[in-house]
Amino acid sequence: MAPFIGQTPLQFGRVFSMSLPFADNVDAQIFFLARLPRSLAAAIVGGTLAAAGVVFQGLLRNPLATPYTLGISAGASFGAMTAITFGSMLPVIGVTGASLAGAVLAVMVVYALATARHSGLSTTVLLLAGVTMNSFFSALILFVQYLSDFTETFRALRWLMGDLDVAGYGPILGALPLVLVALGGFVWLARPLNLLSLGADAAATRGVDVRRAQRVAFFSGSLATGAAVSIGGPIGFVGIIVPHLVRLVVGADHRLVLPASFFFGAAFLVVCDVVSRIVMAPLELPVGIITALIGGPFFLWMLIRRKT
Amino acid sequence: MTVQGPGSRVQGPAVVLLVITLVAALSAQTKPARIVSLIPAVTEMLFAIGAGPQVVGVSTFDTFPKEATTRTKVGGLFDPNFEAILTLRPDLAIVYGSQDELIGRLERVRVPMFRYRHGGLSDITRTIRELGERTGHASEANRLADEIDGQIRTVRMRAGSDARPKTLLVFGREEGSMRGLYVSGGVGFLHDMLEAAGGVNVMADVKREGLQLSLEQLLSRAPEVVIELRASEGWSAERLAREAATWQAVRVPAARNGRVRFLTDDSLTIPGPRVGHAVQTISNAIRQ
Repeated sequence: MAPFIGQTPLQFGRVFSMSLPFADNVDAQIFFLARLPRSLAAAIVGGTLAAAGVVFQGLLRNPLATPYTLGISAGASFGAMTAITFGSMLPVIGVTGASLAGAVLAVMVVYALATARHSGLSTTVLLLAGVTMNSFFSALILFVQYLSDFTETFRALRWLMGDLDVAGYGPILGALPLVLVALGGFVWLARPLNLLSLGADAAATRGVDVRRAQRVAFFSGSLATGAAVSIGGPIGFVGIIVPHLVRLVVGADHRLVLPASFFFGAAFLVVCDVVSRIVMAPLELPVGIITALIGGPFFLWMLIRRKT
Repeated sequence: MTVQGPGSRVQGPAVVLLVITLVAALSAQTKPARIVSLIPAVTEMLFAIGAGPQVVGVSTFDTFPKEATTRTKVGGLFDPNFEAILTLRPDLAIVYGSQDELIGRLERVRVPMFRYRHGGLSDITRTIRELGERTGHASEANRLADEIDGQIRTVRMRAGSDARPKTLLVFGREEGSMRGLYVSGGVGFLHDMLEAAGGVNVMADVKREGLQLSLEQLLSRAPEVVIELRASEGWSAERLAREAATWQAVRVPAARNGRVRFLTDDSLTIPGPRVGHAVQTISNAIRQ
């Protein structure tokens, strides 16, 4: 549905016309080169971020945890900012590659810190290390921003607001293997996360390999987040709001919450992207603003409705 | 109803004349000897009208003319160094209209100011003339402004008889992809330069200086010519070929007809005295 909605009216007949050469068929070009990859990107990013939010909330046993709590998005943003500002020095990997590299860097550092003095993962240290890395990378981002010129600053700022106009299938195909591996991890995690929510000791007595489950949760969640941010930038709100919304509807069982969050997150971001495309046409509102403007009040409404 | 007496009719112009003479005398007396300029375009103007020797401080971003780089640097648009400016004891500070905080502080210490904002193409020569008045170089400034007006008029006239292609002016893009496309909207000096050079701006209906263009908009607007400004970026032949190929991947008419041009001259993004030359360069790129 979503690819048919947009600023330019498209004629169905022309989009799928076989008689017109693709080079002359602007309707088909807009559909296949601009809108379809964009809607796909929105679905993948939205679904992945929402599911990663569930995993991090389970792992850290904290309802305020988001895919960005452990500093991954700050690391990815630092990578992207560096590529935007010093792009001429690293033209090969591009902004997408650089953001992924930044995410990996952040994950490595946080993991090394959280395991340095414990045999397993300490969730407290993990949380503290993540929050610290967030601040540290934010400072680095500001430093890079300070060195950049006017257009670069503007581009960087725009990247931070989220942008799903991926202009082709390249970024999606690049991130898809990572997303699939992460989703595999999420499927495996559904049962252990249910037991982990009772506490590590309780989970261990019920036969969960706690250390292994935590590690899988940490790395698959990080992988998913890094891949999503490399496609669309650090789009906020989906990763924290969607899991809670879904829990309000389907309950707390991760075997339901995880897949439901993935599909609802995907649908939510696709809708937000359509809104961002048409609401101020021909200008486009950054999708991160839309997710917050729609998601925030909607979530509050859900909270109030549940109480009364 | 009031009836004006014959006396007041004579007095009016006389008073105006007196005021003009006084103001002229006053401004001639206070020809500034220590100018600090925080705007690269204005620094260029000052040097071009012969006020260069009076300039003691420039912004961090000033690179042209070379002489300007020998002056003391006093910060930029967002981070002007008030202390460094004061140390230079300026008798004229040229500030951007949006630097409210700096303007307030300079007012408090009574440093005379020339406030400036980038406007359209016609504002550039007007500013040059005003600067000439303000710095005691009126005749040089007027000569330069006339010269620039003449250059632009010539380009306009030459372009007038040709077909005007639908043109997109790009000033930012993620390398190797069509993401993060920043283009000129329908106001500002880049838009004015494009229209003067004989192109029709495909984004003229968006009344903003710049906007981010989505791939969908790019495809639906179907520009016949694309001009990509890459100010002061020395691109290797290999890199140029790669970026040209990136444009080939989108099937807009400009790419199909081989009319995507990369311009790297940094004068193209500075609304200063080299603007006549810049319009000429854009015109050549459109007509190629």
